[in-house]
Amino acid sequence: MAASDASNGSSFRNAFGSVLSFFILILIGVLAFSIRLFSVIKYESVIHEFDPYFNYRVTQFLTKNGIYDFWNWFDDRTWYPLGRVIGGTVYPGLTLTAGTLWWLLNSLNIPLSVETVCVFTAPIFSAFASWATYLLTKEVKGSGAGLTAAALLAMVPSYMSRSVAGSYDNEAVAIFALIFTFYLYVKTLNTGSLFYATLNAIAYFYMVCSWGGYTFIINLIPMHVLLCIVTGRYSSRLYIAYAPLVVLGTLLASLVPVVGFNAVMTSEHFASFLVFIIIHVVALVYYIRGILSPKMFKVAVTLVVSVGLAVCCATVAVLVAVVASSPTKGWSGRSLSLLDPTYASKYIPIIASVSEHQPPTWPSYFMDINVLAFLVPAGIIACFSPLSDASSFMVLYIVMSVYFSGVMVRLMLVLAPAACIMSGIALSQAFDVFTSSIKFQLPNLLDDSPVDVNDATSDNAVAPTAVAKTSKSEDTTKERTSKKSKKKEKEPVEKPPSKSQAKKRLLVLPLEASIIAIFLLMLLGAFYVVHSVWAAAEAYSAPSIVLTSRSHDGLHVFDDFREAYAWLSHNTEVDDKVASWWDYGYQTTAMANRTVIVDNNTWNNTHIATVGTAMSSPEKAAWEIFQSLDVKYVLVVFGGLVGYPSDDINKFLWMVRIGGGVFPHIREADYLRDGNYRIDSMATPTMLNCLMYKLCYYRFVETDGQGFDKVRRTEIGKKHFKLTHFEEVFTTHHWMVRIYKLKPPKNRIRGKAKKSKSKTSSSSTSGSKRRGTKRNPF
Amino acid sequence: MAKSTSKDAQDLLRALWSAYSATPTNLKIIDLYVIFAVFTALIQVVYMALVGSFPFNSFLSGVLSCVGTAVLAVCLRIQVNKENKEFKDLAPERAFADFVLCNLVLHLVIMNFLG
Repeated sequence: MAASDASNGSSFRNAFGSVLSFFILILIGVLAFSIRLFSVIKYESVIHEFDPYFNYRVTQFLTKNGIYDFWNWFDDRTWYPLGRVIGGTVYPGLTLTAGTLWWLLNSLNIPLSVETVCVFTAPIFSAFASWATYLLTKEVKGSGAGLTAAALLAMVPSYMSRSVAGSYDNEAVAIFALIFTFYLYVKTLNTGSLFYATLNAIAYFYMVCSWGGYTFIINLIPMHVLLCIVTGRYSSRLYIAYAPLVVLGTLLASLVPVVGFNAVMTSEHFASFLVFIIIHVVALVYYIRGILSPKMFKVAVTLVVSVGLAVCCATVAVLVAVVASSPTKGWSGRSLSLLDPTYASKYIPIIASVSEHQPPTWPSYFMDINVLAFLVPAGIIACFSPLSDASSFMVLYIVMSVYFSGVMVRLMLVLAPAACIMSGIALSQAFDVFTSSIKFQLPNLLDDSPVDVNDATSDNAVAPTAVAKTSKSEDTTKERTSKKSKKKEKEPVEKPPSKSQAKKRLLVLPLEASIIAIFLLMLLGAFYVVHSVWAAAEAYSAPSIVLTSRSHDGLHVFDDFREAYAWLSHNTEVDDKVASWWDYGYQTTAMANRTVIVDNNTWNNTHIATVGTAMSSPEKAAWEIFQSLDVKYVLVVFGGLVGYPSDDINKFLWMVRIGGGVFPHIREADYLRDGNYRIDSMATPTMLNCLMYKLCYYRFVETDGQGFDKVRRTEIGKKHFKLTHFEEVFTTHHWMVRIYKLKPPKNRIRGKAKKSKSKTSSSSTSGSKRRGTKRNPF
Repeated sequence: MAKSTSKDAQDLLRALWSAYSATPTNLKIIDLYVIFAVFTALIQVVYMALVGSFPFNSFLSGVLSCVGTAVLAVCLRIQVNKENKEFKDLAPERAFADFVLCNLVLHLVIMNFLG
């Protein structure tokens, strides 16, 4: 849409540039919104996946009970029997945003349900994010690059994967907040206005409210400041951009309950304070240099710098002492696994077990940012010509985000905006060069103008800026075989100034080469658009609570999850406790409204390990653990009948690992045959007798007579067995969710005696120590 | 060696003083304000070291209020300094309005945080 508008407008000139880019921006917003609606069209308007259900539930609570109850909300339906203080442990930005939207719409007499508002929050904010990208890139490289970057961001698959309609998660609003904070920082840097510095702090506050990723900002900006100082680019504008941000930002961050004093107590924030001190020392040095004669300044330098160094050393010493006194050295587990990629897998299996915390594979770069991966280097080069404070910030941003995305696949999300901005700059500069050389040559087509890339040597003599241009054009000729964009829309805006520049600089490519290059770039852009639309429609729109599969006899819909949760909410007591692996905790509380033992907010490793241990234990031991937790129902997810791969059997090794991390009698080796995880007749007895195996495969052989597991592609090892301590109460249509009820304790005197004995001695298989420690708290 | 250093330092101080006396009065007032704010912050830090940091949010808001005031005043000083060519086209009134706004936000936050 945007492209057609742009081609219509290509005859417009400067005066219409801003009006045109305004409309292009609106169209980009519409594009960003509508490309994310595939999930609603293909499935329905539902909340997706796991975490969004929790956010949805919190939003419901907020709209029903108001903001004060929300801050004080103690949720007794999760983490039974511990509960969770939701108001103090949740990033409230998303919830408050959606709650405000809902309240606003309702006070305008637009009666939308909370769910509808939640579903569409992410698409709305991705439109905002595109506009913020435009503003940021405009500050860095002008509005042509801005429009290009905005259009790229509107449909970058990486961002889309977290912001399709229904994926109501923190990242949906946080990426907007991230880009907008960066924009305001760069804007302050360019203008030196205290007004923008204030806005910057407030935008940072919104980011802190929204996502734990705010630490990326509070480390990236100090790094940029430090970079500017080291490279001798210090200016008063830098001071105005940074110093108020630290003070105001720290105070504002402390206001968010989940951050609180962490804003001054944890290592993630120390870099900003250190740089805060450094920038004051540097500011003083520059000030003194301004008022002193050069000779006296030399004397002063030695004194001031040594004093400044002493102060820095003292601060560092204090910080090191503080940090060293805390067990994790002041770093949270997730931050540590960023700095040391092997940290999580060594020490915190719970972090390593989440697939989005794994390092990405190479194809996932191509999947998530597609052709942008090739354009980014060109954009970096363009940023160096000429290098400004703003463009050095972008270079630093892309470098850091590439590193972080390489550690954790979910941080690809932080890379996506940077990649879009870089590619936007590259494409816009490339089009600039090509169109201006075409424009230059059109009037005198008869003339032979053999000025090509090889003429760079002559350009070098002309002006330093020409050198920059040359490197760009070399770059674009290289890249044109592989890249392109649908960015031509930007051209009209950029053309008029670039034409006159090109004439001045004599930097002209051959006409044919320019036309071919533009054509190839457009092809590349078309490829990107096709890929993005495909990703939006096919790859990232599945809500994962409703599954579909296409086979020779048509489309199958598997709605087993909602079937099971509906069964729970209709057939169990309100206060019954349901045990399942933590993945399904949020959904159970949100959809079935039943108390769960553990959920996706993995704050208590021991509690999760207890459930993992129960799942890995034999039936009797597991029954005792569940009984001690007051569990009434156990829910397992089983994909063997329909071939749903992310079921509990495939996650089972993580349960063993996490359980074994706390309770050493669970050993991963017991569940593996020669290092292989298998459930067929070669499986170990421990595996075949553990609760998870039994609950998943109970009566499974009755389905096809052989017990063939479609996910593992094998016949199961133990086919006929009975459950003694559990009874099956519900199995969904496709057997994807199976719910079991714990049988009540035997009503016999002997049973009571045996039970008390079991605390001390009967645990030859499962270890008395564990049960002893386990029971005490409850 | 030590003598020459102290002589250098004396020269330096004298040069600094003479250079500083040329500063316009309004900048000097801002400087005094900054020094006062920093000094207040130091007093609070010393008090915290002696008595303890128990209502930590109060301590934090107290110190950051002073530091923030000082930082904002420095920003104002940078912007209204006529010798600073970067801000030639910024009217002092505009700079002061920004300063007031930023202070307003700062102290609203601090009042909220004081607890």
